Amino acid sequence: MALLSIRNLTVEFATASGSFRAVDGVDVAVEAGDILAIVGESGSGKSVSMLALMGLLPWTATVTADEMSFDGQDLRKLAPRTRRRIIGKDIAMIFQEPMSSLNPCFTVGFQIKEGLKKHMGLDARAREARALDLMEMVGIPDPARRLNAYPHQLSGGMSQRVMIAMAIACRPRLLIADEPTTALDVTIQAQIIDLLTELQAETGMALILITHDMGVVAETARRVSVQYAGQKVEEQPVGPLFATPHHPYTSALLAALPERATTRLLPTIPGVVPGQFDRPGGCLFAPRCAFADDLCRTTPPPVQAPDLGLARCHHPLEGRA
Amino acid sequence: MTAEPDAQGAAPDRQGRLAEFWYYFRENRGAVIGLYVFAVFVFVALFAPLLAPYDPTEQFRQSTLLPPAWAEGGSWAFPLGTDPLGRDMLSRLIHGARFSFFVGIVVVVVAASGGILLGLIAGFAPKWLDTLIMRLMDVILAFPSLLLALVLVAILGPSLTNAMIAIALVLQPHYVRLTRASVLSERTRDYVVAARVAGAKLPRLMFVTVLPNCLAPIIVQAALSFSTAILDAAALGFLGMGAQPPTPEWGTMLAEAREFILRAWWVVTFPGVAILVTVLAINLMGDGLRDALDPKLKRS
Amino acid sequence: MSDPVVRAEGLSRFYEVGGGLFGKPREIRALSEVSFAIPRGKTLAVVGESGCGKSTLARVVTMIESPSAGRFSIDGVEITPDRWDAHRDAVQIVFQDPYGSLNPRQRISAILSEPLKINRPDMTRAEREAKVREVMGLVGLRPEFYGRYPHMFSGGQRQRIAVARALMLEPKVLVLDEPVSALDLSVQSQILNLLLDLQDRLGLTYLFISHDLSVVRHVCDEVMVMYLGRAVETGTKDAVFGQPRHPYTRALLSATPVADPARRKERIKLTGELPSPLNIPPGCAFAARCWKAEARCRAERPELEGDGHKVACFFPEGG
Repeated sequence: MALLSIRNLTVEFATASGSFRAVDGVDVAVEAGDILAIVGESGSGKSVSMLALMGLLPWTATVTADEMSFDGQDLRKLAPRTRRRIIGKDIAMIFQEPMSSLNPCFTVGFQIKEGLKKHMGLDARAREARALDLMEMVGIPDPARRLNAYPHQLSGGMSQRVMIAMAIACRPRLLIADEPTTALDVTIQAQIIDLLTELQAETGMALILITHDMGVVAETARRVSVQYAGQKVEEQPVGPLFATPHHPYTSALLAALPERATTRLLPTIPGVVPGQFDRPGGCLFAPRCAFADDLCRTTPPPVQAPDLGLARCHHPLEGRA
Repeated sequence: MTAEPDAQGAAPDRQGRLAEFWYYFRENRGAVIGLYVFAVFVFVALFAPLLAPYDPTEQFRQSTLLPPAWAEGGSWAFPLGTDPLGRDMLSRLIHGARFSFFVGIVVVVVAASGGILLGLIAGFAPKWLDTLIMRLMDVILAFPSLLLALVLVAILGPSLTNAMIAIALVLQPHYVRLTRASVLSERTRDYVVAARVAGAKLPRLMFVTVLPNCLAPIIVQAALSFSTAILDAAALGFLGMGAQPPTPEWGTMLAEAREFILRAWWVVTFPGVAILVTVLAINLMGDGLRDALDPKLKRS
Repeated sequence: MSDPVVRAEGLSRFYEVGGGLFGKPREIRALSEVSFAIPRGKTLAVVGESGCGKSTLARVVTMIESPSAGRFSIDGVEITPDRWDAHRDAVQIVFQDPYGSLNPRQRISAILSEPLKINRPDMTRAEREAKVREVMGLVGLRPEFYGRYPHMFSGGQRQRIAVARALMLEPKVLVLDEPVSALDLSVQSQILNLLLDLQDRLGLTYLFISHDLSVVRHVCDEVMVMYLGRAVETGTKDAVFGQPRHPYTRALLSATPVADPARRKERIKLTGELPSPLNIPPGCAFAARCWKAEARCRAERPELEGDGHKVACFFPEGG
């Protein structure tokens, strides 16, 4: 049985100009020890779906799902209290902006120990020891001194390491990393990605990596789920996804990578992601798709078989020409 | 957190900012009520001579200190009663709205324009000038505002005009601080740098590029200081340092009626209630304005 | 090779920070002795991580800040602060964040005609409008966008507007400060194509600042790698990417993720982070993180040497 299983997740926001569907029928399934990357551009709902799982969305959001279970427990039916016991302990999350994710008023050590106190019920001495362990695990030099440092005394890379330490403090079984390296420099990004994969291998936790960087996906993930305009359009193991994308969007996205370019001008995807007011009736990608026909423009596409990458497409690409 | 829902919100065919403004404003029920009350207040102020049954200074010697119409001994000729000199309370209150409105407008315009100008200069000026302006404002803020206004009026001589000048001066530092703070945060934005790369000179940067982007908090402040101005003017009037009798200014009316407070409750109650309702309405409206204009407090 | 359009020699920019009432202000060397030349119609990419001085370089070249030392010239004319106004139209800039770089209270028409209003005072209103519409067509903005506000546009379209604004004065040089880093992948390729197309059509010279090596590799002709305010390696694209000689360049290249899961490469692991620009070590700035550093590296600063492909290192890779 999957560790995390979400079926048909939909999130709607009430906005000034009517309701807006940010996530539309998304399925997520993660086994223990898996690394799933959720890829998409801004507005694809990739962060929102995970925030919905964590219960971190503002009150304007309405979340519905056919199933939302973690380790066999139905998260939708749990009381907020029990739910909170799982979230933060068994499911942890790290965010894009390490600098603003830490509370500037408290020392790093205090913030790490806070979670330990709440979820693990350790005494003061055990907390101190565990915090030191954690700081060492995430590769912070001179951990004893850094425990007493305030967030502003740390660099971006160090702050992200602290965030990771906090996230893995209670030995979570699922870690969700939301663009963990986007705000960091390339050499620091490499360090953090390596750290995350090492920790994952060591602890055997599952990792969901939300990102827009195809390079990070290729080097880190085992399975990739591609989202577009709130829908999951394709899901494949990482190798086949990069080799033979089945959804035209995935294919076009990969072709647009500068490092894959063969000509001076890059292949582009015309147009923009549909917004709140111009959602097409049929396939959401149809207006930008090179292969779209009348069927695509009028009828929402079915989800194809797993050997076609679960592509949400009328005319999935069979293989690379 | 990500800004994904926001990024989506910037879709093309939005009915414009006014609609969005109204959406957020409408959420705050108190603000909407405040707006209606304020609208009535403005209407009364504008059309006072048409609405008032009598001239505010006309004395009906045979009917002094008449109680309101519904009380014992009252008469529908004077719905809210008359004051010790036999003047119609209702007419005086209606005309008083005019003065309050006038005071509010003038004070806000004077304080805001002076404050915005000084704030812009402080925000763009070299450090020494910035420090000079801000310390000067700190000095003004260090005085209890009404006391400072009193001193100013005492120097200038008691009249409604001087009271307005004094109140404007006292309120000005708030605008300076507010403007400077937003200028400092806007000044480093890329669009300002872009204007500089395009060759924009200081005055253009100040007034065309930066100022329009600082207006939202200033508008809120203007609404709130409108009520402060009315309140302060009434207080100065009550202390005999503002509008002089027989001007039907609400504060002055209170002052005149002080000695009848036990015998004739209506001569003090109605001007007091008028001040209370107006100030409350404007403050409620100001809160709503802030909700609608200040994106930091906007609920997503 | 034709005469370079932009030539910089020993450009430096220092800032004083702190101090306050008491205490000595300290000096930050944001940019130290940077020299380069860009031939007409070519692209020089400046690569480096945050704090390497690339944004300061952009501010100096776009005449927002005067250099503390060094000279730079455009088209053979030396630019000094008193000549800034006359040469405003030679260099324009496109910023990283299309949400912050457009004035939210101005219509597209006002944003685009502002450079003309300031620098071409004798143009009539009608001439300005004609010019604005012409440039809008050039960058692929639809004519009906003329009277709209920036908030009605997506990131990619805003970046087109920003490019249009930079083109209004028909500059010779465009400074592109991370022009596609804030954009989504599908939009990024549109903007890159637009920039390449404009370069071909208008003969523009680009100073392309970026941290994304795959983008840099695609657009540039020459590369300058910067570390803590100094150039550590310069050369043609093929030379720098093909045979990186500075250890930092190698580390940077190996740290950049490649979108190819089949290629498992050995990554050079850099330990530590950038030293504070307030406290730059006396020798090679990279010595503290370098796996080849020896005593000499910590004591003495290597100069940028070589012909064509220059490197500032005592022990460069590959001979």
